[in-house]
Amino acid sequence: MQQFPCPFCGPRPEDEFRYAGDAGRPRPGRDASDAEWAAYLYFGRNARGAARELWIHSYGCGRWIELSRDTVSHVVDGAKPMNP
Amino acid sequence: MRLASGGEIDRGTPLAFRFDGADLEGYAGDTLASALLANDVQPLARSFKYHRPRGLLAAAHEEPNAVLDLRHGAYHDPNARATLELLAAGMELRSVHARGTAQRDALAFLDRCWRFIPAGFYYKTFMWPGWKWFEPAIRRMAGRGVVDPSYHPRAQPQRYLNADLCVIGAGAAGLAAAQAGLRRGLRVVLVEQRTRCGGTLLWRSARIDGEPAMRWVAAVERELRSGGAEVLLCTTALGLYDHGLLALSERMGDATGGARERVWQLRARQVVLASGAIERPLLFGDNDRPGVMLADSALEYLRRYAVRAGERVVVATGNDSAYAVAEALQAAGARCVLVDARADGALAAAARTQGIEVRANERVACAVGRDRVRAVRLASGATVEADLVAMAGGWTPLIHLYCHARGRPRWDAARGAMLPGDPVHGLAVAGAANGADSLQQALEQGVAAAGGAAGSTPRAEEAAFGWGGEPDIAQAFTTPRVWVDLQHDVTVKDVALAVRENFSAAEHLKRYTTLGMATDQGRTSNVNGLAVLADRTGREISTLGVTTFRPPFVPVGMAALAGADRGELQAPLRRLPAENVHRAEGAALLDYGNLLRPAWYGDRETALARECRAARTEAVVLDASSLGKIEVLGPDAAALLDFVFYTRISTLAPGRLRYGLALAESGGIFDDAVVLCVSPRHFVVSCSSGHVAAMVANLEAWREDRFDLARVFVHDATPQWATLAISGPQARRVISALELGIDLADGAFLHMSARDGVFAGVPARIARVSFTGERGYEVSVPADRCAELWGRAREAGARPLGVEALGVLRVEKGYIFVGQDTDGETMPQDIGMGQARLARQDAFVGDRSLFLPAAARAGRRQLVGVSALGEAPLAVGAHAVVRDGASERSIGFVTSSYFSILLGRPIALALIEDGAARHGETLEFEHLGARSAGRLVPPCLHDPRGERLNA
Amino acid sequence: MQRYSTWRLIREALRAHSGWVPAWEDRDPEPRYEIVLVGGGGHGLATAYYLARNHGIRRVAVLERGWIGGGNTGRNTTIIRSNYFHPRSAALYDFSVRLYEGLARELNYNIMFSQRGMIEIAHSEADLETMSRAANSMRLSGVDITLIGREQALAMAPLLDPSPGCRWPVRGALMQRRAGTARHDAVAWGYARAAAALGVHIIQGCEVLGFDSVNGRAAAVETSRGRIEADRIGIAVAGNSSSLARATGFELPLHSYTLQAMVSEPVKPCLDCIVSSNTNGSYVSQSDKGELVMGGNLDRCPSYAQRGGFRVTQSVVAPLVEMFPAFGSLRLMRQWGGTVDASPDNSPIIGPAPVPGIYLNCGWGTGGFKAIPAGGTVFAHLLATGTHHPLSAPFDLGRFARGELIDEAHAGVAH
Repeated sequence: MQQFPCPFCGPRPEDEFRYAGDAGRPRPGRDASDAEWAAYLYFGRNARGAARELWIHSYGCGRWIELSRDTVSHVVDGAKPMNP
Repeated sequence: MRLASGGEIDRGTPLAFRFDGADLEGYAGDTLASALLANDVQPLARSFKYHRPRGLLAAAHEEPNAVLDLRHGAYHDPNARATLELLAAGMELRSVHARGTAQRDALAFLDRCWRFIPAGFYYKTFMWPGWKWFEPAIRRMAGRGVVDPSYHPRAQPQRYLNADLCVIGAGAAGLAAAQAGLRRGLRVVLVEQRTRCGGTLLWRSARIDGEPAMRWVAAVERELRSGGAEVLLCTTALGLYDHGLLALSERMGDATGGARERVWQLRARQVVLASGAIERPLLFGDNDRPGVMLADSALEYLRRYAVRAGERVVVATGNDSAYAVAEALQAAGARCVLVDARADGALAAAARTQGIEVRANERVACAVGRDRVRAVRLASGATVEADLVAMAGGWTPLIHLYCHARGRPRWDAARGAMLPGDPVHGLAVAGAANGADSLQQALEQGVAAAGGAAGSTPRAEEAAFGWGGEPDIAQAFTTPRVWVDLQHDVTVKDVALAVRENFSAAEHLKRYTTLGMATDQGRTSNVNGLAVLADRTGREISTLGVTTFRPPFVPVGMAALAGADRGELQAPLRRLPAENVHRAEGAALLDYGNLLRPAWYGDRETALARECRAARTEAVVLDASSLGKIEVLGPDAAALLDFVFYTRISTLAPGRLRYGLALAESGGIFDDAVVLCVSPRHFVVSCSSGHVAAMVANLEAWREDRFDLARVFVHDATPQWATLAISGPQARRVISALELGIDLADGAFLHMSARDGVFAGVPARIARVSFTGERGYEVSVPADRCAELWGRAREAGARPLGVEALGVLRVEKGYIFVGQDTDGETMPQDIGMGQARLARQDAFVGDRSLFLPAAARAGRRQLVGVSALGEAPLAVGAHAVVRDGASERSIGFVTSSYFSILLGRPIALALIEDGAARHGETLEFEHLGARSAGRLVPPCLHDPRGERLNA
Repeated sequence: MQRYSTWRLIREALRAHSGWVPAWEDRDPEPRYEIVLVGGGGHGLATAYYLARNHGIRRVAVLERGWIGGGNTGRNTTIIRSNYFHPRSAALYDFSVRLYEGLARELNYNIMFSQRGMIEIAHSEADLETMSRAANSMRLSGVDITLIGREQALAMAPLLDPSPGCRWPVRGALMQRRAGTARHDAVAWGYARAAAALGVHIIQGCEVLGFDSVNGRAAAVETSRGRIEADRIGIAVAGNSSSLARATGFELPLHSYTLQAMVSEPVKPCLDCIVSSNTNGSYVSQSDKGELVMGGNLDRCPSYAQRGGFRVTQSVVAPLVEMFPAFGSLRLMRQWGGTVDASPDNSPIIGPAPVPGIYLNCGWGTGGFKAIPAGGTVFAHLLATGTHHPLSAPFDLGRFARGELIDEAHAGVAH
């Protein structure tokens, strides 16, 4: 089990958090094409290696956290609030 | 045999036990293995495939053979590891896997068929007439112990710990590391799998700082304990996981009736792996015979348990470290012959002075004897009588935890060992596990690994030690049968066969021959296997790659792994605040989506009709406390709700309620809810019971994503408030009896509006809302007043209503239950709520998905009512079928179904392709081979104009 | 191909097994093939076999970064079943089960497909209703499914806790009689051997580094062992699909997660069928060797680490000990993880990639092993003809933009 540095609560075990997708993917408007909308809904980066991820501290402060994490080594480089 | 003195055993505490029906005796401090060895029980096991007789190869976790069935009081272990379990009085041991006993096994003949069952033989045969004709017999032949069907383990809570430094292994390197860490002021945990600290110092003579090494060990252990370090004995590190999480298994010893094992989870900033090295077998003919043992293990049995494992001993070696073993056994009264593959030298001369016969430039070619070794034949052709062959084939560092942490080992040809390669963050490896060449080096590495000052390392003197270099395979091919993996019966010939068939990648070799896949995970076999593979393929060991070590390091009890996550603590049920009141009312409490709710009250046969009738003719009370009460507050509250809900919320006037849908981004219905506007800055979302957590998460998600956090806030008040729903033609009379202090006149208190009142001195919120189609009120009070409110409602004439009858009432009205009457694909337009899709221009969750091609195509499954044509309700889950060419296909399914007392016939809701346009059609419904018919009708079958809401 | 049989085995036994030849030869890559398959797992090897057998295309190379069968093919819990909700899924997976039934003899390699049956336990009335919906759908799709009662379920798995008051009471079960397990490595090896015998080149230790395009069409792969040209390129690399797609210039709707599997120490036969519970997310069967083979839900944390966390291991073991108290006397022997490519609807993606010349077979998530023969057949058809096999058409990549998902997310626990 990993340990994530919540900016509000400090280091907490992974199972307090829930993965919520890639960071930095804006929601398209109604005028998006079918393909653009599908890209937003489903086509994530699925990065191998360095990734920017959103996690929700569901069983903690409830806040959304942006983690810089390596998906191969699981090393966490940093964490900041998604909505500061 | 047991020596008269010495060892760690307590001769004052004899322990009686049984093995395969024979009464035996050991002492406190014995392991099962040492006690059996002291009683000269050989063979004590049979091998997996050939049912060869087997004895003890080793003294600790690397033992491949000695797996026994252990019973002790209520405790049963079908695969007890004899070298790890401590002996206790009254233990009943049996050999496993043998048909009969280990000494007399009816399947022993299989060994004579060995030519016909080489590695992977099963891939080449049993195809005709079919695998199923052979499989049952093969299954019975495999396996080891036998599960006791009546066994029922207790919950065994786990323990949790944090540390600055965790040291694995309390040998010289580990103790030095722990001491250095403690002196640096770190919070230290030291984990040792044996019963005492010391590691190999427990059985190998050495001096540290001029004194016997065990004095130094005792002093360090005292310093650690008094300095606040945690010293966990009998504890094995199972695995090293992400971010310094270690799982440990503590053997609790004799715990008759209770658990014998406890799992720990330890989070350490820094881990020092000082797990040492284990000795490797030599490859020679019939090297699996009882009496062929690792030299180091023979010494451990001698020194720790005072058991001399043989009288006439051949010590076979190619390195220096076996000389101490020969000298110790000779001193203990055995007659030793040292067979050294190397040239004569000073060590040999010294050994001869102690009466040991040394044969240099010589190897063991094969063992002689069947149920136990009687002699060895040497490469030169000479035969030497022996009842113990102590072999020293080099050393294998235990770097499993390094590999768990994604470390990549490298082959060190000089030491003949896989050693840690590139360093892993947060993990340091020290001592023999790291290739230390001497006790002195082990101590230095330990101190350095813990960040200690180099000058503080104690000075060590020891007997000669040598790694031994690459495995000696000179005798591996001279006789037909040379074992590589004892537990899985893999021989050198099997490896050669695999290479011949091109299974020559290290992982292919492992999988094809099963080498290293037994419960010991190839501790004593992997490196020898690689050496043979390298020889057969003409490659260097360093190029072969390694198979991956997997956690756990030693097998761990499943009950201990489950810990306290058992019984009602496992996925615990949520409960209503007034559960006891419902029990007193005779409620049947059932699990609805992990929530325990009253299904009906009193006698099941009559309850449904009675409760439904009361709801339509009198007044009923339902405990709806689990409905969501999510407060959304702040100037942007309405904007957040407009975005999260498909139904517009911002147009709601204060004091009014609105039923609305919320969607997922895929456009599917996520949940429905009744939203109350308390004020333009304060809304309460009452969503369905099973979706509260998800709704809160959804609101929070979009709040974080799109809103100024200072302008809107979400607070889940669901557990703080209890809600009773009172409905029926007499509901207003019941409500007025509650004296809530509000005007109940219909003109003043409209359907779908709410008022704040007072119940018995505490605040109450009263909403006019209906889930049955009758006049209805929901009264919410602080949760601890729920029982009182229930009692008052009952006194005022309301009858209890359970969840099952509620189902009938809502289906009569065509009210959906999201998740049951919808699935992930159901969109608003499929349940007759398509208006907002076209009306709203602003953004809301799921908006764009409602206009994808799939959202507009024909053939979408839509909500309909079904009037069953028979007497019995349709089965929930029955599918409507239509002809499609030669075959039939499903066009949808029944989602809810009941017999309606009110209507006198069975009714149902269903999701049917283009259902809205099919009202009036009669369809066939299929349920597990039975057919029935139903006519599609509008979902609402009772009071479609809603006149009863104000009746 | 050297034919395997009992007689052959006996003959070889009498001459020290000296006559066996390699199951497949390792080849060095040639500069050009008609079809290059990236990924030497079950799907890649089966595709190569069916290209040669069904379509007569033998100028085929299978490129494997490590050793064949070393990814998810060799890491799964070997369950084969077709109890899927959507008719299109059921058709694909049931086709796979039927191919598995004849596979040992077809490949002349004993893959040990053992149709011992699978029961998915219902713990409540609601579970039974959900299962009825699924069972009727599957039956109408032609899958052999029945709903069995409590007593029959307990008779099939006698070590289940029969007490009605336990945490996971047995109320009934959804049973597929033809479901079973097979020896996973043997499936990879059997296909490799049969494909090689038909002329396919199996190239191990050959990592694909990128793709070369000519006029906007993929025409070659750059590998660690040089450039290889191909008319068509098939990608079947499971959890690594996203990385390869990005190297080619397109994205895939996949998440790579870790799926754990684990085995106990071996014991004598004590569980004849496969038992699963959707409610608590665990499943178990007993291998021929005697080990309990256990698994559970995905660890929903993006990862390529190929190892699992301790918490997930516990979350698999705890409900199994609760359902089968006697298993509490056993030990967990080994636990491992595979990287699975989970798609948004838990259904595979088969079809042309956005880059011409490249074809995709991915997104099987936790269900890839059971689909190997069908996946190989439809992918070979696609590569050979350029058009979809009828069974694979609904699984095209375009379904996401149309919103036509084949949502099996609710259709069962991952295995």
